[in-house]
Amino acid sequence: MQDLKLPDIDYGALAPMLILLGAACLGVLFEALLPKARRHGFQLGLALLATVAALVTVIIERNTRIVTIGGAVAIDGPTLFLQGSILMLGLVSLLLIGERTVEAGGAFVSQAAVTVGSQKDLRQAGSQPGATEVYPLTIFSLGGMLLFVSANDLLTMFVALEVLSLPLYLLCALARRRRLLSQEAALKYFLLGSYASAFFLFGVALLYGYSGGVDLAAIHNAVADPNRSEVLLYAGLALVAIGLLFKSAAAPFHVWTPDVYQGAPTPITALMAACTKVAAFGALLRVLYVAFEGVRWDFQPVLGVIAILTMLIGAVLAVTQTDMKRLLAYSSIANAGYLLVGVLALNKEGLASTMFYLVAYGFSVLAAFGIVSLVRDAEGEATHLSRWAGLGRKSPLLAGVFSFILLAFAGIPLTSGFTSKFAVFGAAIDGGQTWLVIVGVITSMVLAFPYLRVIVMMWLQEPGESTPTVSIPGFLTSAALAIGVIATFALGVIPAPLLDLTNDAAQFVR
Amino acid sequence: MKDFPFLSILTLLPLVGAAVVAFIPRSKGGLAKTVALAWSLVVLVLSIVMWVAFQVGGDRFQFRESYQWIPTWDARFTFAADGIALVMLVLIAVLVPLVILASWNDIDETKRSVPTYFALLLTLECTMIGVFAAADVFLFYVFFEVMLVPMYFIIGSYGGQRRQYAAVKFFLYSLVGGLFMLAAVIGLWVVGGHTFDWANLKDASAAFETNTARWLFLGFFIAFAVKAPFFPFHTWLPDAGGAAPAPAAALLVGVLDKVGTFGILRYCLPLFPEASRWFAPAALVLGVIGIIYAALLAVGQNDLKRLVSYTSIAHFGFIGIGIFAFTTQAGTGSVLYMVNHGLATGLLFLVVGMFVARRGSALVSDFGGAGKLVPVLAGVLFFAGLASLALPGTAPFVSEFLVLIGTFATHKVYAVIATAGIILAAAYVLWMFQRTTQGTLNPALNDVPAMHKDITLREKLVVAPLVLLLLLLGFYPKPVTDVINPAVQATMQDVGKTDPAPTAVANGKVAR
Repeated sequence: MQDLKLPDIDYGALAPMLILLGAACLGVLFEALLPKARRHGFQLGLALLATVAALVTVIIERNTRIVTIGGAVAIDGPTLFLQGSILMLGLVSLLLIGERTVEAGGAFVSQAAVTVGSQKDLRQAGSQPGATEVYPLTIFSLGGMLLFVSANDLLTMFVALEVLSLPLYLLCALARRRRLLSQEAALKYFLLGSYASAFFLFGVALLYGYSGGVDLAAIHNAVADPNRSEVLLYAGLALVAIGLLFKSAAAPFHVWTPDVYQGAPTPITALMAACTKVAAFGALLRVLYVAFEGVRWDFQPVLGVIAILTMLIGAVLAVTQTDMKRLLAYSSIANAGYLLVGVLALNKEGLASTMFYLVAYGFSVLAAFGIVSLVRDAEGEATHLSRWAGLGRKSPLLAGVFSFILLAFAGIPLTSGFTSKFAVFGAAIDGGQTWLVIVGVITSMVLAFPYLRVIVMMWLQEPGESTPTVSIPGFLTSAALAIGVIATFALGVIPAPLLDLTNDAAQFVR
Repeated sequence: MKDFPFLSILTLLPLVGAAVVAFIPRSKGGLAKTVALAWSLVVLVLSIVMWVAFQVGGDRFQFRESYQWIPTWDARFTFAADGIALVMLVLIAVLVPLVILASWNDIDETKRSVPTYFALLLTLECTMIGVFAAADVFLFYVFFEVMLVPMYFIIGSYGGQRRQYAAVKFFLYSLVGGLFMLAAVIGLWVVGGHTFDWANLKDASAAFETNTARWLFLGFFIAFAVKAPFFPFHTWLPDAGGAAPAPAAALLVGVLDKVGTFGILRYCLPLFPEASRWFAPAALVLGVIGIIYAALLAVGQNDLKRLVSYTSIAHFGFIGIGIFAFTTQAGTGSVLYMVNHGLATGLLFLVVGMFVARRGSALVSDFGGAGKLVPVLAGVLFFAGLASLALPGTAPFVSEFLVLIGTFATHKVYAVIATAGIILAAAYVLWMFQRTTQGTLNPALNDVPAMHKDITLREKLVVAPLVLLLLLLGFYPKPVTDVINPAVQATMQDVGKTDPAPTAVANGKVAR
């Protein structure tokens, strides 16, 4: 009998994930041991510290290119770049999550288990400080995302998927205002997410049957062998892809997006729109580029149709929205379509440009939701579009910043929205996907209309009776907004450094 | 002198000015106006120095500068100007100070921020200069799109009735065109060997596949046809021109729209010569339809600003057929037309703006006999109208004549139909003039106190340079044609067309 050998573990390469998951456990302890009044400061500090520490280790490890823990985790260029992006975007999301001056007690409910509308609920709605469990939950989720983009076998990927999703389901239910909507969103997200996970797992099982292994390299080798069951391969690929496309909010697996984005507390919506997207596309890229490169001609048309559907549905339905958060949700769906266009280029440029797009879009969308959290009245956030009329007169700076972000979404040059669209479309034409680019351009035209309508409302209409006041952002939100806007502008004017970085990073290890 | 970085400074200077003006507090509107005017005059001086430094008969592209920007895509800050770009740059630099001066008092009445308006105007100047000065397709596209933003806010915030609708329509039309171009730009980058440099792309263009080149041409052409605007992409212009404040409208039709025709000359023709020849018949037909159709609509307009907008569409038809006739004469005529139209229609819009500011309405029916109250201003309107209908002695005559004889050499039928546009031009200009300033005095007009005030010194300063230039170029266009001609000849060579010999020779009547 052969001796059992422990797999080699490169702790340095795993450090970012270990730091985050360890910090999350520490956060749980804080929750148990610290007096209630002290928790918020400690938890926020711990969360920020852990994220920064993880980011620093990612930067230190930037030249690592290995597969470790017996092939379960691959630390390579895309992994490190995506982990760094998730951490940076997560840091900005944490700033939004930690904000407590805009609304007394923060955006989160104090005790989510209290029945909605009860006496106790009314008391806690007033000013009881929000739950501090959100910080360990967020850190757990971010830790899961880091593992998700580095997972080199499908089972690890599944575990990571659950680690990142479960905290998000909970976080969605914790809104201080409109709690029923928030709970509905969480339940919806949980149910549909569970289905998606089940699909993913079933797909993994089929692929195991097909290739005799769950690691991506084994699948890659099996694909090269013509004597295997193609049914298992295609069914397995389809089911795994459904799981990943669900998280990426691609049509027709997008239906949860508007409801969840609308119901979730706005900082969590920002987290999902920015970080979860990076994680989901990171995993999708790895699965498609590493494991299934050999059948690219078979999945390319199918995913191409999905990309077109996603762009069309996102753009067309965005036009009809009357709620700001739902509008941004549909815009996020359309952007998932543009990202898929980049993914489907299936070349090095495609990988690099998709990663660039993820970072650029992440920062813009964080700033956008940061602004949504500021426009509010006595009832909480005023998200109905008509309420934004005349905002430009009342608070020109904020409206100016939001207009800039919307122009970035519309892809006007000198914003990151333009450079990132240019990057993915360029890569796609290079990869022979001209038809996708044409649809992409046409949907961009459609999508410009809702953005423009918001700009018109803010600037060109007179403020009405119901125009809400804009809260003065606290330090944390201001910092998050500033980072988002500066990144959007900088990546639009001088994209070269990040483009070089993505180009250098765009090489998977197998 | 030759190595002085004219173009980058010319582009950046207004932007710096815009930043300065934007930071002037809202209460100090007067200061903002003065600074903006002074700044635009500095730009004017610089552009005149550049004109002098331009070597007529020298290289096709001069003042070339190139700085690294995005090495991954080989996009660079490359600036260079040929004769066509040069005349447009100077036209911009001439018009902007006049527009600022013309906006002097009107803008106070909108009750919106005065410094912001002038900052937007200077930003617009920066983007307009950039779009003509760029010699890198990526850079050109950036300016082409960003140009929309300041104009959108000028129309939307400072315009008249239906300004929101007009602003959104303007933005969406241009954006749609621009996105077609974006697809073509990316395609061009891929087939052109991953470069954006105009000169490199032109070298690579010989190897383009026929079909690819035609699609790319179409992407660019749609964007430019919307911008110009050519029939049937023109419907945004009357709305935008009618709603924009009159001085800004002068800039809109005077310069901003020329980006379309300039783009065709600079990008469509040299980069896709075969496609240009293939599409030329369609473009000529659109041009001729535009001339007649827009002129007919102009006759029927009751709104002065919309009327002038429609006349512009007709004029763009002339420019269009001049370009696609593929003769040096017609091409030179077209470019000269671009300049003269900027001066003439700019003047017409500015004068109309003076009338509208006094009356508080742009409707023709609200005027009537105004010449009795403001004789000098009415006289200027008459002159502007005559220049606009290309009366001999005014500059537009030269260009219209060149376009027509140049087109006649290759496309007789189109030239003959287009000539009918001249008659229609006389109809819309003279009838408009008659209904507003001649005949019995409209009693309602008499009750408007402002209508009793004839042209002021400030307004004289606005119109005088334009009137002088129109007369000067009408009698002696040589300084401008000398600059334009080599650039047009080079462009026609790019398309692969040589001028036809005079008809008598071609018919073989000369003994061989």
